[in-house]
Formats: sequence, structure tokens, C-alpha cells
Amino acid sequence: MNTMALSWRYLWSRPLGAALNVVLLSLGLASITFLLLLSFQLEKAFDKDLAGIDAVVGAKGSPMQLILSGVFHIDVPPGNVPLKAVQALRSNPMVAAVIPLSLGDSFQGFRIVGSSHDYVTHYGATFAQGALWRAPMEVVLGATVAKKLNLHIGDSFEGSHGLGAGGHVHEDDPYRVVGILQATGTVMDRLIVTDTASSWKVHETRHAEHDDDDHAAEESAREVTLALVQYKTPLAAMSFPRWVNANTVMQAASPAFEITKLLSMLGIGTEVLRAFAGVLLLTAGLSVFIALLNAVRERRADLALLRMLGAPPAKIAALLLGEALWLGLMSSAIGLVGGQALTLLIAWMLQLDNSLLIGGWAWPPELLWVPALACVVSLAAAVVPTVGAYRVSVLELLQGK
Amino acid sequence: MRGLLYRSEALIHSMQLSYCYPGGTALHFPDIDVLQGRVVLLTGPSGCGKSTWLALVAGLVQPVAGTLSVAGQALGHLSGTAADAWRARTIGFLPQKLHLSAALTVAQNLSMAQWAAGQDQDDARIRDALDALGVAELAHRKPAQLSGGQAQRVALARAVLLSPKVILADEPTASLDDEAATAAVELLLQTARQQGATLVIATHDGRVASALGRAGNGAPGFTALKLSRPATGAAP
Repeated sequence: MNTMALSWRYLWSRPLGAALNVVLLSLGLASITFLLLLSFQLEKAFDKDLAGIDAVVGAKGSPMQLILSGVFHIDVPPGNVPLKAVQALRSNPMVAAVIPLSLGDSFQGFRIVGSSHDYVTHYGATFAQGALWRAPMEVVLGATVAKKLNLHIGDSFEGSHGLGAGGHVHEDDPYRVVGILQATGTVMDRLIVTDTASSWKVHETRHAEHDDDDHAAEESAREVTLALVQYKTPLAAMSFPRWVNANTVMQAASPAFEITKLLSMLGIGTEVLRAFAGVLLLTAGLSVFIALLNAVRERRADLALLRMLGAPPAKIAALLLGEALWLGLMSSAIGLVGGQALTLLIAWMLQLDNSLLIGGWAWPPELLWVPALACVVSLAAAVVPTVGAYRVSVLELLQGK
Repeated sequence: MRGLLYRSEALIHSMQLSYCYPGGTALHFPDIDVLQGRVVLLTGPSGCGKSTWLALVAGLVQPVAGTLSVAGQALGHLSGTAADAWRARTIGFLPQKLHLSAALTVAQNLSMAQWAAGQDQDDARIRDALDALGVAELAHRKPAQLSGGQAQRVALARAVLLSPKVILADEPTASLDDEAATAAVELLLQTARQQGATLVIATHDGRVASALGRAGNGAPGFTALKLSRPATGAAP
């Protein structure tokens, strides 16, 4: 029998104590796994949605609100900006591309976004069915939208005003589905995308007859909500926002900066959870410590006999460390699986909510911290008991104490 | 040449041997010369140093004065892992309370001796050792399921598993009735004879001496090593 097999047997000779320690350690490790996965998934989701968007330009107000509403579609936008001002951005030498977005309407909780074809192609979306719109009032559905609302090519529906459910329904202007996208794992999955002109069509007062003056007036009054901007050069990050803020009625916000700010605000919450997980682990460590200390006390004579049979002290100590290591390894496995399960559960709940998308089952390299931490905690708890085992005196055995 | 030969035949040889616990009184032990295959009866009142003598012979502690050699190995300077490895090869130990591990089966308890000695597990050898003591069929039982006599046979099988040159038996008859005590001594003698090992029985039980005498058919079949309690406060 080798040392690890022997420690395994000794460990399970006290099944209740061993099980309790595995449970305690696993709880702490599962919380840590969950936290690691959550921040990994959140960052991945943010990164995917942010890819290739250097700045968001919109109405003055909270830059965070602008980013949340314009990129992640989880907040209301700060207001509208004149179409002309957005179009003027294209002539700025620092700007490579501008994608205008019009927000404000929704259908059964899913946002209807008026934009250009560029918006769909920006996220690399491919079509499961149909194709891009060719006229206003034709829409393309994200994968989640199509699935949840059970909409098909050729179906039509009426959007309602406002981003929540229950707004005024635009009864006279139905949208028609012309394309359904494949899942991309980005915000695109939960959007209904149409031409920018659709929202003008829905909202502009319908005159019985249009004359040219009206048309010109409408044209100049036309608004969009915001624009996604891509820079030609990274250097633009320094000067472009300042230029926008100083020379236009709009503001420019940097998504990378705002997200860093947001994550550091969320950080306070994760800090609390982390501290909680730390306390759990500490408790587990203490429990392992007491269990091993008792094990050495109970088996003093057994250990002394092993010394009498010729085992060097280091081998006796290895037996104890082996028990601790088994506890650490078993708890790592259970903790990792438990943390993954918890993340899957949260992902499933968020999906019901149509909010931020967190994919389940991922194994980022950060998860290596979990077994490392498990081994550190269990081995640290074993230090004092191991020293006790190392120092077991054979004379006591001979003297019958 | 003759001296060397004599020394190598003497399995346990001691001269002017003494040991002193830190802050305690010194213990002086009578000189002894035991040939291979002989039996030593170590007797004396409690506190006389029986355990200490066993510890010295097993290489667990080093003498403070005098010389001691066991199975051709001078034990004055053997220490640490070298002493552990030597003990695993040379000494078989039958403790008073047997100390079979409750977490392991009989066969696994024997394999512990191989583990402690740093040897690979050898199931055939374990089976042979159990067989020689007539307890092969108990190999897969736990110690809790054994009778007292069975447990002692298993512990003895563990002691002789690695074919030691010396078997140290600590109070093997304690808490046994007369019949069982005689049987235990006979079993020890028989096993030691089969192994060609020198048997040391440490005891304060008078029945052991008479059992040994009976086994030797009146001839002095054993070497008596009688220890006495040291005078308190005596100079070392």
C-alpha cells in the first residue's frame, strides 16, 4: 500500500468527520469558483458587446447611461441628438465609421433599434433565415427574440412606445419580419433591428398631404438617439471626446472607461461575497485542523508503532499531509462543479430576464486558483498536527502510556 | 579472528551499557551476550528500565555510555533514518496492546510493516506469514472482528513478516489466563525457532519463566536479564 492509499483509508476511518470537512471546504471553494466565473463571464460578455466600439456619442448627460443604453441596451438613453450633428461626425478625420442608433420603441420587452446595415454586420451576425431589410418597417430579429416570441419570416407586429411593456401601441404601422439572425452570444441576440427611417415613419406626424416645405422642416428636425463611433487611430481616444464635448451639442463617452468604472462599482459587491467565501474557507480550515489534531491524538500509538516498524518520521508526517491533501482535492472537485452549477443557474435566471447574457460552463485559467487555494488551506491546517505526528515518541508506546 | 567470529555470532552484545533521560537518573544495564536463536527473558520491577533497554536494542535511543551491538550492528552512532531502516530489517516487535489499526483489514495491517520499511507490497509474503500462524483465513477481517488470541497471532505475523533477526515481545502474557499465557509463550518460541530469530520477552509475569523452563525440558533454555530499579539520586 502506498502512502496516499493509506491516508485515504485513515481519512475515511472517521467517515462523518471527513464528510463534514469535505462539505465545509467545498462550500467555500464553490463560492470562490462562482465569483471567478461570474467576473470572467461578465467581462467576456462586455468585451464581446464592446468589440470595435471606441466611443459612443449621444445627448449630454450621464456617460455611463449612454454606454449602458447604447451598447448593452439595459438602460434608457439620456435623450436624442440631431441627425445632422451625427452625420457631421463622418467628416471628422479621426473617425473611421459611424453607426447611428434610434431607440425608444419596443415589442414585448425587446428593444426595437433603428440603425443601418452596418450595425448588424458589426457584430458579425449571420442569417439563420431571410436577409437584411431593404425598406423601412422591415425588421431583422436576434436569435433570442425570434425564439422567445416565436416569430417567423413574414410575420408582422406593432411596436409600442417606450422601452418597457405597456406603452402606447403604434397601431397603424406594423413591422414585418424579413430576417432572423443566428445566435452570436452578443447583445444582438436580444434586439429587433430595423432601418433608422422606420422610427421616423412611426413617430412623425402624418399629414394628409406632404408639401416640400414640411418635408424640409422634417428633414432638419430629424433625430437619432446616439451613434457608435470607430476611430481610425488609437490616438483619437485622447482628442476625439474632448473635441465632441467642446464643439457639438453632444457628448462622447468611452465604453472601456465606463465599464472599468462600472466593474469597480460592482467590485464592492464581489468584495463582500469574496470576504464571505474567505470566512467559509477559514472555518473549513479550522475544522480540518481540529479533525487532524484529534486524528493524531487518537492514533498516537498506531503512529508510534509505525515508527517502531521502521517508518522514518517524515513518512509518518507524509501520512497526515496525505489526509489533508485528499480533503483538498476532493473539495476542489466538488467545489468546482458546485460553482459551475451555481453559475449555470444564474445564467438561466438572467436569460429568463432577457438581460445580460452569461454563458454557463467555462473553464478560464483563473479557476486553477481553486485547487491551489484548497491545497493551501488544507495543508496549512495540517501543519501543526503533522508536527505532532512527526514528533510521536516510540518510548511512550514501549512504556505503555 | 576468533574475537571477530565470536562478536558476529553474538546477536546481542552489550558492555557497561547505560542510558540517562534528560534530567533523570542514569540507568545501568548488566552486560549480556546472546547467541543467535536464543531466548532472552527481560524481567524487573516497573521503572527499572525494561522499556529503555528495548528502545536501546531497537536503536530508538542511543546509549550515553558503553557499547551495544545487535545483529552485527554497533548501535552507538546509528541514528535518524539509518536507524529506522536498520530497525525495519532487523527488529520484529510485538507490542503489549498489539496496536492493530482498526481502519485496516488484517492483511492491510501486515502490509503496513512493508510500507513502514519502504518495501513494495508483497501479498504472497503476507499470505505466507498469516498461514504460518494459522490465521490466513482472517486476512480480510477487521481487527474488531478478531478474538484476543487471533489478534495476537496477527500481530505476531506482522512482527515476523520481514524475517527479523530479533523479535521483541513486550508483556505478551499480560491479561491472559494461565492456559492462554502458556500457549502464547509456546507460540512465540515456535515462531522464533522457525525464523531462526533471537527472541526477547520483556515481562514482569512470573508465569513466563516457568513456561520457558517447561519448554526447555528442565534445561536453562533462556538467558535471564534481570534489571533492578536504580537508587534515586545516584550519580551517573
